[in-house]
Amino acid sequence: MLEVKTIETFYGKSQALFGVSLTIREGEVVTLLGRNGMGKSTTVRSIMGLTPIRAGRIVFDGTDIHRLPSYAIARLGIGLVPEGRHIFPNLTVLENILATAANRLGVKVPYTLDGVLSIFPRLADRLNHYGNQLSGGEQQMLAVVRALMTNPKLLILDEATEGLAPLIRKEIWRALALLKDNGHSILVIDKNLDSLMKLANRHCIMENGRLVWEGSTAELAGDETLKARYLGV
Amino acid sequence: MIRRYRMSSIQFNWYNPMLLFIEQLLNGLQLGITLFLLSAGLTLVFGIMQVINLAHGSFYMIGAYVGATVTARTGSFILGILAALPAAALAGMIVEVLVLRRLYQKDHLDQVLATFGMIMFFNELTRIIWGRQPLFMDVPPWLTGSIELIPGVPYPSYRIAVIAAGILVGGFLYLLFTRTRIGMQIRAGASNREMAGALGVNIRLLYTLVFGLGTLLAGLAGVMAGPILAVEAGMGESILILTFVVIVIGGIGSIRGALAGALLVGLVDTLGRAFLPIVLRLFLSAAYADGIAASMASMSVYILMATILVCRPRGLLPAHG
Repeated sequence: MLEVKTIETFYGKSQALFGVSLTIREGEVVTLLGRNGMGKSTTVRSIMGLTPIRAGRIVFDGTDIHRLPSYAIARLGIGLVPEGRHIFPNLTVLENILATAANRLGVKVPYTLDGVLSIFPRLADRLNHYGNQLSGGEQQMLAVVRALMTNPKLLILDEATEGLAPLIRKEIWRALALLKDNGHSILVIDKNLDSLMKLANRHCIMENGRLVWEGSTAELAGDETLKARYLGV
Repeated sequence: MIRRYRMSSIQFNWYNPMLLFIEQLLNGLQLGITLFLLSAGLTLVFGIMQVINLAHGSFYMIGAYVGATVTARTGSFILGILAALPAAALAGMIVEVLVLRRLYQKDHLDQVLATFGMIMFFNELTRIIWGRQPLFMDVPPWLTGSIELIPGVPYPSYRIAVIAAGILVGGFLYLLFTRTRIGMQIRAGASNREMAGALGVNIRLLYTLVFGLGTLLAGLAGVMAGPILAVEAGMGESILILTFVVIVIGGIGSIRGALAGALLVGLVDTLGRAFLPIVLRLFLSAAYADGIAASMASMSVYILMATILVCRPRGLLPAHG
């Protein structure tokens, strides 16, 4: 479904990605692991067209997307839950949900307002609050819901549980499991290895702008040196 | 030029200060509405795209010229308006695509230089097309009379129509921004352009449309001012200064702020010019009083702006977030 082929990405003159390749198949949950500053978020930005790549290719569902503007990439069916959430502070919760809602791919059973609110009932009480009046956890739920309402095929979550209270984290993970059961493909970046291993099919580890390891949950679980070396766990 | 019509509209009614006051209040309201139409577009463009567009007054002028020409040819003021609106909107969208798109990433100085250049370009262009003589637009016959809104205060129907049109536009903008998805997307794009794009909003197209909407409103203000003022090259610049005062007072990027600021500036400016001479004459000789009042009246909106900025540095009703 998504194929990232030896991409190189720069911020100005400094190179951040050195030939990263990555594949996500239909219905698969893949993680991107590694310490801070290793290029995980840059990989996400490259896929979304927010920081266009200088070399390599990115193919989504048979379409070359690396030259497209980010709105066109999103419209092909990639939903982004960005690091830092980026809720629109000047829109109410309801407006945040509805402003960019769409079903461009003609999904047969698209997400509805009631549907997404049943995933995170807590948001239903806050529909008329402005984005900047929400707690961090509520903002995170809203960011997930906002992406779901674009009815994407692939969901990308960048640090979706960072800085949240344990109970709220649990709720986010529960929701991600639900989305996986619904058949979504998911690329997830997170630091909670235990939760990720319960959820994901495959794991990719990045270091210094390169993909250094790729394997299944069983392989990752069996290799303590990997964790010590790349993840600092 | 603004002063010209205002002076002519003041019929000093020394015998009934209350009626004079009401009349001046309405004049202030009408100037405020014109300013609102201009500042709504300017504040959107400034607040959402972070572009300083000095050429905004040019679209006011384009609206007035196209409106005056079509009205003169067809004899219909309505047709004049219907021609002026798309002309101003189209001119705005062409300018956005050809010029402003290149300026979004540049700093404000480049934007000021480029848009200042466009003022000269448009003024010269109108001189080439329409000549140096100002055009005069007649008030349409069905709006020539006056209405007694309050018994004893006949007020020109045309100016009442201008006020009504402004209120309608205000209502339309309110609904557009609060009740429609495109309005939500505009606000979303204003607060976080990148995120809106990553959720599938074509921000470039949206910006072009917003810019076109802003210049359409400026064109509407221009064509409605046509029967009140002389339509001439450079007419946009004299009102542009007040428009900038309005958006700074109201809070940049805020439509509600533009409305509040426009009404405030319209009222303070008009009432200051009408009543400062009268007040000062109470304790100064007439010649002295008139001289001082004239200079104080032209300062009044700037004093207002300074006062408001001291109390509320972000303006009266700053844009949310």
